[in-house]
Amino acid sequence: MSRDDVRRTMVGRGIPLPGNDIDTDRIIPARFLKSVTFEGLEAHVFADDRTQNPDHPFNEDRYQGAAILVVGVNFGCGSSREHAPEALRRWGIRGIVGESFGEIFFGNCTALGVPCLTAEMADVRWLMDAVARQPGREIVLDLEKGEVRFGDRTIAAAIPDGVRRQLVTGTWNATGVLLEAGEAIERVARSLPYIRGF
Amino acid sequence: MAETLLDKVWRAHTVRVLPSGQTQLFIGLHLIHEVTTPQAFQMLREAGLKVRFPERTFATIDHIVPTASQARPFGDRLAEEMAVHLVRNCKEFGVPLFDLDSGRQGIVHVIGPELGLTQPGTTIACGDSHTATHGALGALAFGVGTSQVRDVLATQCLALPKPKLRQIRVEGRLARGVYAKDVILTIIQRLGVKGGVGYAYEYAGSAVAAMSMEERLTICNMSIEGGARAGYVNPDATTFAYLRGRPFAPQGEAFDRAVQWWKGMATEPGASFDDVVALDAGAIQPVVTWGINPGQSVGVRDPIPDPAEASETDRAAWAEALAFMGFQSGRPIAGTRIDVAFIGSCTNARLSDLRAAAAVAKGRKVATGVRALVVPGSQAVAAAAEAEGLHDVFLAAGFEWRKAGCSLCLGMNEDKLTGREICASSSNRNFKGRQGSPLGRTLLMSPAMVAAAAVSGQVVDVRELLT
Repeated sequence: MSRDDVRRTMVGRGIPLPGNDIDTDRIIPARFLKSVTFEGLEAHVFADDRTQNPDHPFNEDRYQGAAILVVGVNFGCGSSREHAPEALRRWGIRGIVGESFGEIFFGNCTALGVPCLTAEMADVRWLMDAVARQPGREIVLDLEKGEVRFGDRTIAAAIPDGVRRQLVTGTWNATGVLLEAGEAIERVARSLPYIRGF
Repeated sequence: MAETLLDKVWRAHTVRVLPSGQTQLFIGLHLIHEVTTPQAFQMLREAGLKVRFPERTFATIDHIVPTASQARPFGDRLAEEMAVHLVRNCKEFGVPLFDLDSGRQGIVHVIGPELGLTQPGTTIACGDSHTATHGALGALAFGVGTSQVRDVLATQCLALPKPKLRQIRVEGRLARGVYAKDVILTIIQRLGVKGGVGYAYEYAGSAVAAMSMEERLTICNMSIEGGARAGYVNPDATTFAYLRGRPFAPQGEAFDRAVQWWKGMATEPGASFDDVVALDAGAIQPVVTWGINPGQSVGVRDPIPDPAEASETDRAAWAEALAFMGFQSGRPIAGTRIDVAFIGSCTNARLSDLRAAAAVAKGRKVATGVRALVVPGSQAVAAAAEAEGLHDVFLAAGFEWRKAGCSLCLGMNEDKLTGREICASSSNRNFKGRQGSPLGRTLLMSPAMVAAAAVSGQVVDVRELLT
């Protein structure tokens, strides 16, 4: 872990993205997955939605440079492609607040150090409207307090304790943590009948 | 206290509880493919790490392979580059690869069970959301992203919170013309596309107990479409009979010892669940999706629903779906004209799926103007189908008979919709743009229903064609 990996508060201008069940195929269509790296994915984030809807928030000048994405219900459902959070991260998104998230997407975001916080739908709607009115104003995602601040209003925002701990201690890159188990991994392997060949 | 399979598998594979409170879970089988792994191998290289258990890791190539001609180099330069990287990575890190010349290549979720790699009581990970498929054999199988692929390559472990468990009991008998696909689409319609978030699903009840292994694979495959990362069926006699004699299954006396252990991993009578849901199998109809997520479906004889009837949360989504599909509420879904028919994918491209589709296609012709293709799930499925002449049935009816791969399920190879084409599809996702055309439209249904749509040129109730 390094100090750069600590995620206590994420601060930046917001971008609201209304709609429920926005799947990872929409975040990054499959044709952009034909690459052996994640480089350049930011250019294609929501590629088809943006073509079909010129007023898509990711097309709007006032949201360029935004870092906090505000979404609705079940954002990031569907495919496990980490290209989706990578595309968002490379576009500039540093944290997401929404009513709920697809589970694999949520884990992938955590693994990239991008916190996903959940809030009541009424609060999410309020935040989307408020950001649309004041796109130049910063949103603060406070992981330690479990809240989102915008102007003089604070809304409650949740993140599971374990994930919060990973993010605030900068241990969200799990490989290092998992390696610390050392030989205990092989001990569990040897205890399993199917590894021993029954 | 009576335990569930989830409890037992979780405990047997727990390496330790992490400071975050998550479990460090040992992964017994890691399946990899060309799309979600090149970055993970590169991260390993940069960190100077090896694959911890290369003998527990198996690779195949499925997402980007062409299904017409598979001669190398592929016509698509980017696809060829991905294939080259997969071969190179597997060689460098000592991972066995079921390549196109192996006779064992196919969709990763088809070949795992087929080769006997997928076994009860084990943990499985794969960089693909449909990994829950393997739960059909009583495994706990998780779809993961590329960072977690890296974690498993380097440590053979995942950091995961233990999910809650919902038992879904499907009781009774399925009517004729109603298939496993209709059961899982009904479950998703009932519980919603996010109903399973935070849960693993245990599929049970007399209808599931009566299902073949391939039907159970179809059910577990679409767990993620209901939001559940994992789904499983308890191992039973059907499971053991399926596994006996498969190349990577235990052989001889070891198989009998394995059966004893596998039996012991099943959920015990009286075990408790975080939630239980019951469905009447007899009430399930052939299902067709009308929208842009797999929960937006109706029985084939029902009208497309009205957003006014939706919950407040879903109302806007329903309206958006109808606008994208160009459908009108109140109109029957039957009679919808189709342009393309696709029989394939990790959901429905196994031998029994092809048999069910061929039974409908036999003696009929694909309707004028409809492009119909059959893409077997694996080279082994293709060989078995050809051995019993199914390919001749399809070819005589005017279907294309292709080579194994993911194909038109996600349009990463040459098989794509164009423009606003409507596709009757045996795959798992009807998301906007899913089948390779940004405006393409997908109607999910069972393979038999796809065949019926192909020969009719429109959505029809397959029961009208079954004699």
